[in-house]
Amino acid sequence: MQLIKETDYGTPASKAEAEVSLTIDGFEVTVPAGTSVMRAAMELGVKIPKLCATDSLEAFGSCRMCLVQIEGRNGTPASCTTPVTAGMSVKTQTPLLRTLRKGMMELYISDHPLDCLTCAANGDCELQDTAGEVGLREVRYGYEGDNHLCAEADTSNPYFTFDPSKCIACSRCVRACDEVQGTFALTIQGRGFGSKVAAGMDEPFFESECVSCGACVQACPTATLTEKTVIEVGQPEHSLITTCAYCGVGCSFKAEMRGEDVVRMVPYKDGKANRGHSCVKGRFAFGYASHRERILNPMIRDKITDPWREVSWDEAIAYTAGQFKRIQRDYGKDAVGAITSSRCTNEETFLVQKLVRAGFGNNNVDTCARVCHSPTGYGLKTTFGTSAGTQDFDSVEQTDVMLLIGANPTDGHPVFASRMKRRLRQGAKLIVVDPRRTDIVRSPHIEAAHHLPLTPGTNVAVLTAMAHVIVTEGLADEAFIRDRCDLDAYAAWATFVAEPRYSPEETQALTGVPSAELRAAARLYATGGNGAIYYGLGVTEHSQGTTTVMAIANLAMVTGNLGREGVGVNPLRGQNNVQGACDMGSFPHEFVGYRHVSDDATRELFEDLWGVKLEREPGLRIPNMLDAAQDGSFRALYVQGEDILQSDPDTHHVAAGLAAMDCVVVQDLFLNETANYAHVFLPGSTFLEKDGTFTNAERRIQRVRKVMAPKNGYGDWEITQLLSNALGYPMAYSHPSQIMDEIAATTPSFAGVSYQTLDRLGSVQWPCNEAAPEGTPVMHLDSFARGKGLFVLTDYIATEERTGSRFPLLLTTGRVLSQYNVGAQTRRTANVAWHTEDLLEIHPFDAETRGLKDGDWIKLASRSGETSLRCQITDRVAPGVVYTTFHHPSTQANVITTDFSDWATNCPEYKVTAVQISSSNGPTDWQEAYEAQALQSRRIAPAAE
Amino acid sequence: MIRLFVPKDVSALAVGADRVVKALYEQAGEGVQIVRTGSRGMTWLEPLVEVQTPEGRIAYGPVTPADVAGLLAAGLLSGAHHPLRIGRPEDHPFMVRQTRLTFARCGIVDPLSLDDYRAHGGLEGLTKALAMGPEAVVAEVTASGLRGRGGAGFPTGIKWKTVADAAADRKYIVCNADEGDSGTFADRMVLEGDPFCLIEGMVIAGLAVGATKGFVYSRSEYPHANVTFAEALILAREAGLIGPDVLSSGRTFELELRVGAGAYVCGEETALLESLEGKRGMVRAKPPLPAHVGLFGKPTVINNLVSLASVPVILATGAKAYADYGLGRSRGTMPIQIAGNAKYTGLFEAAFGITLGEIIETVAGGTLSGRPVKAVQCGGPLGAYFPPSLFDTPYDYEAFTARDGLIGHGGIVVFDDSVQMGAQARFAMEFCAIESCGKCTPCRIGSTRGVEVIDKILAGTEQAANMAVLEDLCQTMKYGSLCALGGFTPYPVMSAVRHFPKDFGPKDSGPEDFNGSGINAKVPAE
Repeated sequence: MQLIKETDYGTPASKAEAEVSLTIDGFEVTVPAGTSVMRAAMELGVKIPKLCATDSLEAFGSCRMCLVQIEGRNGTPASCTTPVTAGMSVKTQTPLLRTLRKGMMELYISDHPLDCLTCAANGDCELQDTAGEVGLREVRYGYEGDNHLCAEADTSNPYFTFDPSKCIACSRCVRACDEVQGTFALTIQGRGFGSKVAAGMDEPFFESECVSCGACVQACPTATLTEKTVIEVGQPEHSLITTCAYCGVGCSFKAEMRGEDVVRMVPYKDGKANRGHSCVKGRFAFGYASHRERILNPMIRDKITDPWREVSWDEAIAYTAGQFKRIQRDYGKDAVGAITSSRCTNEETFLVQKLVRAGFGNNNVDTCARVCHSPTGYGLKTTFGTSAGTQDFDSVEQTDVMLLIGANPTDGHPVFASRMKRRLRQGAKLIVVDPRRTDIVRSPHIEAAHHLPLTPGTNVAVLTAMAHVIVTEGLADEAFIRDRCDLDAYAAWATFVAEPRYSPEETQALTGVPSAELRAAARLYATGGNGAIYYGLGVTEHSQGTTTVMAIANLAMVTGNLGREGVGVNPLRGQNNVQGACDMGSFPHEFVGYRHVSDDATRELFEDLWGVKLEREPGLRIPNMLDAAQDGSFRALYVQGEDILQSDPDTHHVAAGLAAMDCVVVQDLFLNETANYAHVFLPGSTFLEKDGTFTNAERRIQRVRKVMAPKNGYGDWEITQLLSNALGYPMAYSHPSQIMDEIAATTPSFAGVSYQTLDRLGSVQWPCNEAAPEGTPVMHLDSFARGKGLFVLTDYIATEERTGSRFPLLLTTGRVLSQYNVGAQTRRTANVAWHTEDLLEIHPFDAETRGLKDGDWIKLASRSGETSLRCQITDRVAPGVVYTTFHHPSTQANVITTDFSDWATNCPEYKVTAVQISSSNGPTDWQEAYEAQALQSRRIAPAAE
Repeated sequence: MIRLFVPKDVSALAVGADRVVKALYEQAGEGVQIVRTGSRGMTWLEPLVEVQTPEGRIAYGPVTPADVAGLLAAGLLSGAHHPLRIGRPEDHPFMVRQTRLTFARCGIVDPLSLDDYRAHGGLEGLTKALAMGPEAVVAEVTASGLRGRGGAGFPTGIKWKTVADAAADRKYIVCNADEGDSGTFADRMVLEGDPFCLIEGMVIAGLAVGATKGFVYSRSEYPHANVTFAEALILAREAGLIGPDVLSSGRTFELELRVGAGAYVCGEETALLESLEGKRGMVRAKPPLPAHVGLFGKPTVINNLVSLASVPVILATGAKAYADYGLGRSRGTMPIQIAGNAKYTGLFEAAFGITLGEIIETVAGGTLSGRPVKAVQCGGPLGAYFPPSLFDTPYDYEAFTARDGLIGHGGIVVFDDSVQMGAQARFAMEFCAIESCGKCTPCRIGSTRGVEVIDKILAGTEQAANMAVLEDLCQTMKYGSLCALGGFTPYPVMSAVRHFPKDFGPKDSGPEDFNGSGINAKVPAE
């Protein structure tokens, strides 16, 4: 193992197809037209000294180190800003250039501290390297002149420091913030010798609008912007490429190590999902892996009111197996089940469902995708034939119109949001359908062409009204429809959407979206060039979630926006491996690869391989398991890497179900909320401690690599295997690659996937098989997976959750940038500095009528329950709509949410709850009681003497 | 009705022109009309009062309010004799030597009268341009030999052709009126004295290259010019000279005035474009050239004001008539602006080829102080100092380059023998340090170090070694800087070192201190 050093070509690659040949230092090189002389030289292996250039940023030409001489041209042009021309003859080193570079470096060093030996960047400093390259031997100006050597460091950011005394004013940080991240938080303040980098309006970094994505730190060629971990630990000595365990973007990182210490996570330039970019979570928030609250020993207890007792792995596994066997013997084989995790690897998820189907002998397996993207699976499978997004992320670079529905990518999928914003700055148009004015609606250099602030719960009406406009105004892509879609279904659908009741004028009273705005948005999507739809949980987490997904598919088909780059239907997946968990057969009705359990051929395939008889009836979904638990017919649950008590709706219902069970096994890093009701706790491993794969929102399968031994002793896949063996169903994998081989051998869309393939290609997008040996970036190219695309009627049936005099406001939920999901990981990092508590956003009008001031404690009540939190008055939300996040267990926003759910998939209706808000003194009795119970439940008995 | 003419040019206002006008109105009685004009360019005679007589306009100057009563009593209104009487301005020796093409109307016409403008040949160029078509206009400008009057001397016609040939949905004409060079005022005189001439030139440029929108980037230090030009824009729009249908030709050209915020570097064309776009005035790297990727990323003609204001006369009289003036590759005329310690300061438009000595000794009449001329700085704060020994240099782009100098925007500042050239060299570095945008290293750090090194030299600290450092620094700045600000600062510095080595020694010792060091105090040649 060694430290992976990526080649910096200095300027971005040219995408031109035409090629140009030139001579550099006597060697001929051929490069794409538009390539810089600097990059062409690097292609030859000639590294021209440089400081302000780096290949993630456009050439800037400020440091003047990279000057060259070109035959037939006057002067000494900068090689970064000079494009190659045919027949050009370049000299990168001449006596004049040597003198000039030395002169330039002498100026730099005349205003730079000479503390290299004790500097955090020692060994990783481009200034130091370049000084060596140009042969600087003395600084004749002395150090008595004007300088910045006493400038004070800004340590306000939890993760990095800004030390202006080491700044060379190359603007790489400023340009990274602008070009890569798109936040425009940094600037050069002042001018001339006084030029200095400033965050916001010259504020400390932490107080500025900086989002801590780390792009500036990565871009900095000196120690000016440095990770605090590097300052503390020193330079890393080896690194491995792995995949982030946060959101569904699936960023590639270099885990840079010193021994078993992670020194830092650095986004990997060749990562095809993130292209070298990162966000505050993946880049910095990995400290939870060594948080003091992490549990490293297995624990059991007889009753959930008992304190936990630490036991050996053998005892914990034997105890669990004993309980499961007993329960199955006493209550039947269907009395047990499991929940797979969208955060664990594909291999681990596959093993859990295999354990259920082959070991438990039933199909009682479900996954947290139930509560997020199950409607995506159902809706897209019905219309297109495959339960997945149609594009790769690169596709956005060809998009002309983005239709963003129910997603807040700058917070939820920040790295992809940066790519969207970059494309928007290039001129693409944006339509946002969201009850709330999210950041992307208007941010630096970006403004949505249309924001449709719909009433929560009316997605179907809005999208069907858009279809109405497209059909009735003759904007449908008839050629595409004739060629690619089921015509009978289209005819029925077109007649349906053309009904006057779906006109924007008719629906506007219901949806709150002005008809003129909706018509304009529909026209733009239909006629603005390549139209791509991106959507999130604001689409799926409704009682009409599946209908909305199908309405989205209809819109894409009617406008011909499928089957090529730049278009498509793209679900933004919440968790790192939601796509993979769904692919791996986590649902009670489906085997890996979305094959129904009633399909005889598939079942036989697995029966032969696994050597057991398999159940042909689908098993229980999560809500059904909880119901059955209260009935007494379901008594034991194995939950891997999932906190259903906090993340699932209607907390009281979940708690009652869990409390009714005889044996709840939680396998996790921390004593999460669900563990309050658990009898067995099996400590899990982090993504740093095991091998495997994650599949991101674009169907991209990427390697997770073990960079350290599991602190808890085992990878999660090993724990499942131990349990299976103890239950009497033998598993003998010695490495996760063998599990992937089994997946590939049994699953047509994964047939070409292996660890060797992944090592060779970096990543692949399924389907990956003989027909597509290197994967499938864009799906449905010539025909749909199901053959003809199917238009589905999307009648708008309103949720039964209605506002009224008791509960006059609609609550919708979401997340913030710094936190992830229920916060189990991010709350155990310095990210809490940005989000110390969940707040309720309320419109000034609604606050005024209730006598609320900003920051007041309020009571939030629904038919399901009540909780208290503090409010934030803002016009981001419309009057009548309130909004909160669900990152903190002390808030328990899901106490409020109801048990309404999607008609097709049971995906809960998180996004619409009728609530009332009133003043409050502080936490409710319920919250205080819960807090006390949680404390009680988390007691760990001292180890026996 | 007797017509009097008093300039409203800032050079006249600064010495009391408004008070003179007030006195004239109060004391001349009914039947007198005072026309406010631009300046003739003889600034030492301001306020210059002219009266219309059958023999032509008769001038008096410099006139103070206290002189008014006496002038009227002596018969000012009929052009009678008085000690302040100059006679016909065009007969004044300062004017007789000139070739007024670009500034033909300046000081004569009412700057805000389109009728006056037309009556003095205005719009002839545009009328011809509309008739001949875009390609022929570009060819005509190319044939005239007109080169950029901002200092770089790039052939205007070639720049126009590049933009004309670029395919784009939108193109721009930008006038660089950010006239920041010390001792220059030609742009301001046009804005205040003949604004329609600039408008006409820009409309012609727009028609020639296919641009429909223009911007004039002026400076906040020119408040009077900005007021006059803004009014001229309103009048031009009302008259259909600019707008959706230029002179009923069916062609569109819109024009806007923008005012900078006081940064010298915004006179650099790419920094100017950044500033026009609402950004910090930071220099852009070239390529791409503004002609390909200019304002808001579109192909853009960015020309100096004088270049654009010279276009109407070129079109009106033909390329050949213009190109007949001048010498070598420097064709036509240049408005030379004489300032500093000179007896006769002002604007002197002449064909290229006149020698520097002729300008200083004959036209400017030597120094105002009466002491010997020690040096002149040509081309603004980044121009070289010329000692009298180089006064045989002809006023010509190439001749100046050959002597490590530049004509720049045509400014000449005269110094007598009391000047300390070491302090002037230091000032050049200090100016660069203050005005540097901070983007490129040689300019950002180098100028500050330059001040420090010169201070050491002037203090007598390790002179020879520090002179070597200064020379290296100048080479780094000259070759390494991103734009002309850092790239040309070495010219005044090294010309001062080369021509006036004694001014760099300690007060009581001679130049031997460093002359023996083997340092060849010379700006490296291109």
